[in-house]
Amino acid sequence: MSGPPTLALVNVSKSFGAVRALREVSLELFAGEAHALAGENGAGKSTLVKILAGVHRPDSGQMLLDGEPVVFHGPVDAQRAGVAVIYQEPTLFPDLSVAENIFMGRQPRTTLGRIDRRARRALAAELFTRLGVTLDPEQPARGLSIADQQLVEIAKAISTDARVLVMDEPTAALSGNEAARLFSVVETLREQGCAVLFISHRLDEIFSLCGRVTTLRDGGLVAVEPVAGLTHDELIRRMVGRELGALYPKQETTAGQVALRVERLTREGVFTDVSFEVRRGEIVALAGLVGAGRSEVARAIFGVDRWDAGTVQVDGRPLPAASPSAAMAAGLALVPEDRRQQGLVMALSIERNIGLTGLRSLRRGLTISRAAERDRARDWALRLRLKFAALSDGVGVLSGGNQQKVVLAKWLATRPSVLVVDEPTRGIDVGTKAEVHRLLSELAGQGIAVLMISSDLPEVLGMADRVLVMHEGRLTAEIPRAEATEESVMTAATGRAA
Amino acid sequence: MTATAARPEPAARGRGARTLVDLVFRARELSLVIALAALVGGTAAANPTFLSGQGVEDILLNTAILALLAVGQSMVVVTRNLDLSVGSVVGLVAFTLGDLLTSGWGLVPGVVAGVALGAACGLLNGLLVSFGRVPALVVTLGTLYVFQGVCHFVAAGRQINAADLPPALLSLGNGAVLGVPYLPLITVVIMLVIGYYLRAYPSGREFYAIGSSPEAARLAGVPVRRRVLAGYLVSGCLAGLAGVLWLARFGTVVADSAGGWELLVISAVVVGGVAITGGVGSVYGAALGALLLTVIGSALVVLRVNPFWQQAITGALLLLAISVDRVLALRVARLLRRRSRHG
Repeated sequence: MSGPPTLALVNVSKSFGAVRALREVSLELFAGEAHALAGENGAGKSTLVKILAGVHRPDSGQMLLDGEPVVFHGPVDAQRAGVAVIYQEPTLFPDLSVAENIFMGRQPRTTLGRIDRRARRALAAELFTRLGVTLDPEQPARGLSIADQQLVEIAKAISTDARVLVMDEPTAALSGNEAARLFSVVETLREQGCAVLFISHRLDEIFSLCGRVTTLRDGGLVAVEPVAGLTHDELIRRMVGRELGALYPKQETTAGQVALRVERLTREGVFTDVSFEVRRGEIVALAGLVGAGRSEVARAIFGVDRWDAGTVQVDGRPLPAASPSAAMAAGLALVPEDRRQQGLVMALSIERNIGLTGLRSLRRGLTISRAAERDRARDWALRLRLKFAALSDGVGVLSGGNQQKVVLAKWLATRPSVLVVDEPTRGIDVGTKAEVHRLLSELAGQGIAVLMISSDLPEVLGMADRVLVMHEGRLTAEIPRAEATEESVMTAATGRAA
Repeated sequence: MTATAARPEPAARGRGARTLVDLVFRARELSLVIALAALVGGTAAANPTFLSGQGVEDILLNTAILALLAVGQSMVVVTRNLDLSVGSVVGLVAFTLGDLLTSGWGLVPGVVAGVALGAACGLLNGLLVSFGRVPALVVTLGTLYVFQGVCHFVAAGRQINAADLPPALLSLGNGAVLGVPYLPLITVVIMLVIGYYLRAYPSGREFYAIGSSPEAARLAGVPVRRRVLAGYLVSGCLAGLAGVLWLARFGTVVADSAGGWELLVISAVVVGGVAITGGVGSVYGAALGALLLTVIGSALVVLRVNPFWQQAITGALLLLAISVDRVLALRVARLLRRRSRHG
């Protein structure tokens, strides 16, 4: 590796409000290098990717392009500098065609400046041939499966003749064959002198594809080292920084009666024939890749979405379809995936948010009693060790972890017998994360049935009594705690199981 | 599951999905044409004067201004925005231009000034929405009242009389070339130019990209704010031009003479198949929507239906259009989902 790196970050820091997402992180990407970025969820990987992509600007530190300082004022600057990014979540235009999606912002033109449709179609077809997939370039992006959407994203990135290719979990939704094709394309690009930054939860991929690995933990740099000579366990230890057991304090509980029973639940085109049960005192994890249909199952159970066939029973009583209020009355609580959009009313205070689920019980005569609302909020805030200045503060000022506690308080105040939590610790700091885990464990100990959807494998393995795995809308495996390993869960999640 | 089982016959699948979606969009413009034909046929059968030369000419003249505004509005709506101020702009430009012309301005400088005034109004809207990051609904509702107020201030209770206007302007409003009146000609030319631009040019397609997913557009390096601003600028220019044509057509105008038209324009756009959530639709559809609404208005007059019904029917048509869109969208989404999952 002679000469300056193609792209480098020097002591870059970035904060979002009170959360320090990146602290003094440095990274060097050399031409012809495949470089892995490892770390747990919330370690700062995605923030780093967005800085490279020009979406975020660092608060301090420098970015160097071919050794020269450079500032990206937006995604266009990054594109011009030759940085192509494949994001974790596809960012497509549903109303436009696949070919338009690939070339938006830099469409091939005729001499008169018009869009050259024929050239565009040919270029797109050529890209798909390189990737070894058969997608129709003129098909609208709406209705593509997650895997196909991901392939369009990949085609978009490699179409730019990038000097730096950043891939944030590009294989999360791909089958084995598709992933292998992607890797051979990436390998070719790398040999031609492209610098590749690769992020994946599949450690095998890191080991087979990459030369060096940078590990982040809690926004800080842990290590930069060659992959050769490193073992899986060593890498995991660098990512986690402590023994798994200490982080996930799941109490041993004896499972009681069945609290939630789901039978052959189907929503056309979203999930099919999903059957499982959760007993009191159990934590059951629902694992799978993004887009496998996990959150959709949770939403259907809680009555947010309609289901087409099947039944849901809570404590032996069937629930009507599409009625959240009936679900709540039966003792179900859903802590949704996106707390800012779905879990909280950001403009309201802590006490108002906690009070929302029990407006009827807070009523004195015809009006809501402010005192009762405050008592209830204070009670739950203390129990969950919420850090706040005043209960009348807006929830917007709280940190992510404390916001999540408010959502939990809001639902625990309904005294549920079944608690469904969707990505309960996404984007919250490690300290609060451990508290949320302790809390879930305590709740199970008190006899609540907990269904936990999580993409965080260590969390799934550490917390769950049983792991259910979904792949493309179907339940593909049920793995007891003793047999659940990263490999067994990922195998089922990617549909590679027999 | 092996990879082959997961994606069988992808080429055929893609083609199938495409024809399906094509069909839905063509179905929209086709169903507008069918509705128009049925309406015209039915009305003409009941009262043959409906299709007399004068009747048709009236419809074309009445449609021209509404369709022009609908074309401008589509450019804004496609980016997932809204321009409520167009009615006020038309009124303001019509009156101001009338004032200028009666005080001795030449026709050409006057018309240029009118369009420029519309452009300035559009620029203000666009700057507030794109750079001020204020929701379009609030901005243009605000400017609706501001422009209206300015117009009343300028007018101070007066009215512009056709007799004081240069004859050249009035002949623009009511004259014809080879039997085709100027007004619809102007509208059709502008519609074709904008329609072609939106379809064939990279920057034109970016309007659709922005409306389809603003976030993805930003990541793709589309200059979102510049395009949104441009959309408002075009809508303002066309509203200005519509003001000029308004004065040419009616000659005698009072202050805020096109008050309330903004809602009619938006109805035409939505009935014409431009999604109010952005990303979908064409200026041709919007113009057809304008034509349909105008024909309904004329038909009701010919059929001696109480004119109060006209608004109710416009509203019902709007609801019908939106319901049909929604149902079709759900159907298509479901079908596409099924195809991509199970082949």
